[in-house]
Amino acid sequence: MTIVKTKTQKTPVGVKRVVNDFSFTIATMNGSGSQTSNLLLLRALFKMGIPVSGKNLFPSNIQGLPTWYTIRVSKDGYIARRDETEIVVALNKDTFVEDLEKVVPGGAFYYADHLKFNIQRDDITMYPMPVLKLVKESGAPTALRDYVANMVYVGSLAGMMGIDMDKIKLALEFHFGGRQKPIDLNFGLIQAAAEWAVDNLEKQDPFYVEPMDATDGLILADGNTSAALGSIYGGVQFLSWYPITPASSLPEALIHNISDLRDDPETGEKNYAIIQAEDELAAIGMAVGAGWSGLRAITSTSGPGISLMTEFIGLAYFAEVPVVIWDVIRVGPSTGLPTRTSQGDLTMVNFLGHGDTQQIILLPGTANECFEFGWRAFDIAERHQTPVFVLSDLDLGMNQWMSEPFEYPDEPMDRGKIHWEGDMEKLQEKWGRYKDVDGDGIPYRTVIGNRHAASSWFARGTGHDEFAVYSEDSQVWEENMARLIRKYETARKSMPEPISENMRGAVIGILAFGSTAAAIDEARDYLKEAGIKTNSMRVRAIPFTAEVKQFLKKYDVVYVVELNRDGQMHQLLTLEYPEFAGKMVSLPKHDGMPLSASWVKEAVMAEEQK
Amino acid sequence: MAAKKSNGKTNLIGLRKREYRGGVTTLCAGCGHNSISNQIIAACYELNIVPEEIVKFSGIGCSSKSPAYFLNRSFGFNTLHGRMPSVATGASFGDTSLRAIAVSGDGDTSNIGLGQFKHVMRRNLKLVYIVENNGVYGLTKGQFSATAERGLKLKYQGENTYMPIDIIMEALSSDATFIARSFAGDAKQVKELLKAALTHEGLAILDIVSPCVTFNNRPESKHSYDWGKEHEQQLHDFSFVPKEEEIMIDGEFPEGSTRTITMHDGSTLVLKKLESDYDPGDRWNAMRVVEKSNQEGVLLTGLIHLNTRRASLAKMHNLPEDRPLNRMTERELRPAKKTLDALNAKMF
Ligand SMILES: Cc1ncc(C[n+]2csc(CCOP(=O)(O)OP(=O)(O)O)c2C)c(N)n1
Ligand code: SF4
Ligand SMILES: [Mg+2]
Repeated sequence: MTIVKTKTQKTPVGVKRVVNDFSFTIATMNGSGSQTSNLLLLRALFKMGIPVSGKNLFPSNIQGLPTWYTIRVSKDGYIARRDETEIVVALNKDTFVEDLEKVVPGGAFYYADHLKFNIQRDDITMYPMPVLKLVKESGAPTALRDYVANMVYVGSLAGMMGIDMDKIKLALEFHFGGRQKPIDLNFGLIQAAAEWAVDNLEKQDPFYVEPMDATDGLILADGNTSAALGSIYGGVQFLSWYPITPASSLPEALIHNISDLRDDPETGEKNYAIIQAEDELAAIGMAVGAGWSGLRAITSTSGPGISLMTEFIGLAYFAEVPVVIWDVIRVGPSTGLPTRTSQGDLTMVNFLGHGDTQQIILLPGTANECFEFGWRAFDIAERHQTPVFVLSDLDLGMNQWMSEPFEYPDEPMDRGKIHWEGDMEKLQEKWGRYKDVDGDGIPYRTVIGNRHAASSWFARGTGHDEFAVYSEDSQVWEENMARLIRKYETARKSMPEPISENMRGAVIGILAFGSTAAAIDEARDYLKEAGIKTNSMRVRAIPFTAEVKQFLKKYDVVYVVELNRDGQMHQLLTLEYPEFAGKMVSLPKHDGMPLSASWVKEAVMAEEQK
Repeated sequence: MAAKKSNGKTNLIGLRKREYRGGVTTLCAGCGHNSISNQIIAACYELNIVPEEIVKFSGIGCSSKSPAYFLNRSFGFNTLHGRMPSVATGASFGDTSLRAIAVSGDGDTSNIGLGQFKHVMRRNLKLVYIVENNGVYGLTKGQFSATAERGLKLKYQGENTYMPIDIIMEALSSDATFIARSFAGDAKQVKELLKAALTHEGLAILDIVSPCVTFNNRPESKHSYDWGKEHEQQLHDFSFVPKEEEIMIDGEFPEGSTRTITMHDGSTLVLKKLESDYDPGDRWNAMRVVEKSNQEGVLLTGLIHLNTRRASLAKMHNLPEDRPLNRMTERELRPAKKTLDALNAKMF
């Protein structure tokens, strides 16, 4: 690799450097191609070894509406979103004024110099960038000019903050898959912009980045891609889906990656099938059909799709069909805020279906865990012959997260209790599809293609006895429903356990789930500085395991933090553990944003001071 | 399966007819759906189909209950109202060597299920899709369905003021690959068409007028027995000749009056000319003929359209031919450990 040399700015006299501990926000328009340059910056910083996170705040629009991308660098390893931003890069005239206001005093404001606004702030540094001029000089073909224009801010920031040029080059090579032409064009412009900035701008702000070694061995991945890859290692055999933000990139990543990993290298034959369905009614119907036929079946959607899937989920719960459903949550009700994050589908999914239902729910909180639950969900679904939901959210699903690398499944596939011809031969007594032979509520199933003459059964949503025969008998009904509870209790014993973080002497608990973990970890440090010691628990599955109860029991007060209006996790815990209802305090937040540590800290402090 | 000789009590694979039966029907005596169930039993028996190699599907309705009343030894799934096609689609990938029979109603298909009906035709799923068409919702006690003719008067519902949906025209406009119409009162034709449909490598739509004796069987109703008997007009005298048998065409008909079509499995469809020659390969003509019959108040039955060239859904997916997906194990389904390192590197 060639080491690329570029000048960087010297620290101004009298300024105390702030290194690897600030946020910067790029304000652009949706569809302007800025995602490429934002990811370049994120990846370059990551490769410099600096803990980093990137959050894309985008509108529900293809082109033209404002969008912001915030990158946080944190020497302390904090990766939650911050409410403040030290640096803003303004490329959108429509939001210029509000973007200028966002910068904290002492911060910096980079802007394209053709956006002529006659406003100044004297408490920050203003850096004009001659975007059009540099693009013109780059020799980029006219058609590409708007697109490569974004490289000007990459270069300017790199020069002014000290981002390694060779790391930017690495990120470019990764992005363009080694295609030399676009790499050269973009990198040329980045270098030119960096040099221009160093030669022409006078650095007055204190924000710098410096290499660290805090990201060694980690990966950068979004939750949806991680989930898709995990599903492939879980042996997914059938995927049906219908496009919806923020879930679409999950099936798209699966489609993109599965051929290399699973097709027969000689014949090109596939051991899976993928169908883009006509709607979510059909997507879940196909997945249920596939699950019933003995395939590892998955579908993915968001809240509106989940509601359309409801009747099928009721059927699959009652007919006992394994199927995996990813709900990448966005803000509802209805279309709500379709490009904003939320944990608002929890109670809906928990009770999804008509009549009495209890669903199994997995709650991943990291990209690595999305991978793990990607494969594990199939094992749980087939073991328990029931739908398994995995609840992710827009923030976890679509943003890039630093994560431990994916780990190869540490357990063999669990295909559950399934009888093939040979097993049927050996049976001593008559097989019944819904007979609880082992007392764990889980019966043995057979699937189509089994040629044993006693293996077939008729699946239905109507009342049925142990032999899957239609029945309206009250006792048969009640016994069957009681068995389904038994099955749920069996599942409870093998659910992924919660993850706890402890401090010596803490008497306060914070309970949360999913993507909020980073904000909570960080907030706990701030609370400690303020004299409030806390222990935390991140719940990873419903039904709740025994540890959850112990956690609630142990502390004087347990704050339940989540991203929705009604405190849905708090509601479920209160239902399950009414004896601890008095000490649980709900701290819900529902502004559509990834949670920030400062909000958690303030919310807990406010309660503690009551 | 090695062909055995039938001894009269069993078919060529040594099964008795009762081994193709189902549970005792709970439908009304005289319901058209029951006679269709009987023809399904007869067709499968006569085709020497191993019952375990058939999968049954249905939606919701009186008609959709009927898969419980035939082929007890076959797997079956009584799904949701209007959404049988999606379940059948997903399940078909479990083992593509199996054949599938689905029963739906006119409400199930043309009201709540119109979307899935259209989409399953686009995909050409290998499935015999029977619409037991009675113009009403039997199970919910006699409301109009979308196939009820305009002007139909029902006791509690009053008069239907809307235009009907014609299942056949929908199938033709979707370019379904096998489209037939029949009448539950014409048992022989139903059976022959079922046999043909069971050998079709794609979606076979059978729109069968199947009177609801309880809610819509007045002689003036277009879905009644009386009306069907008086107005049925066969497109051709249709018969199915299995591949094991020689085709016998009796000499009564002049040269050029019989069409034969060879199916994928080598069996033959014999279409003897009645009123006029009819080519089921010509979709545009089919639309014209069906539209004309509708206008004239004729119940036109027979094989309306057939296209044996289009690939079935399973074929489009390039699956292994030698073993079903649902028997694959971890060894085939989970990529090797070494691939994961490359993948982690790819994540940047
Ligand atoms: C989602 C849903 N809505 C309504 C019903 C009630 N329902 C049951 S059967 C039926 C109509 C069936 O009519 P058709 O398909 O024509 O069958 P038939 O009974 O006439 O054979 C309706 C509306 C249901 N089961 N599910
Ligand atoms: S109500 Fe009508 S459709 Fe239903 S079983 Fe009776 S006759 Fe048949
Ligand atoms: Mg009907």
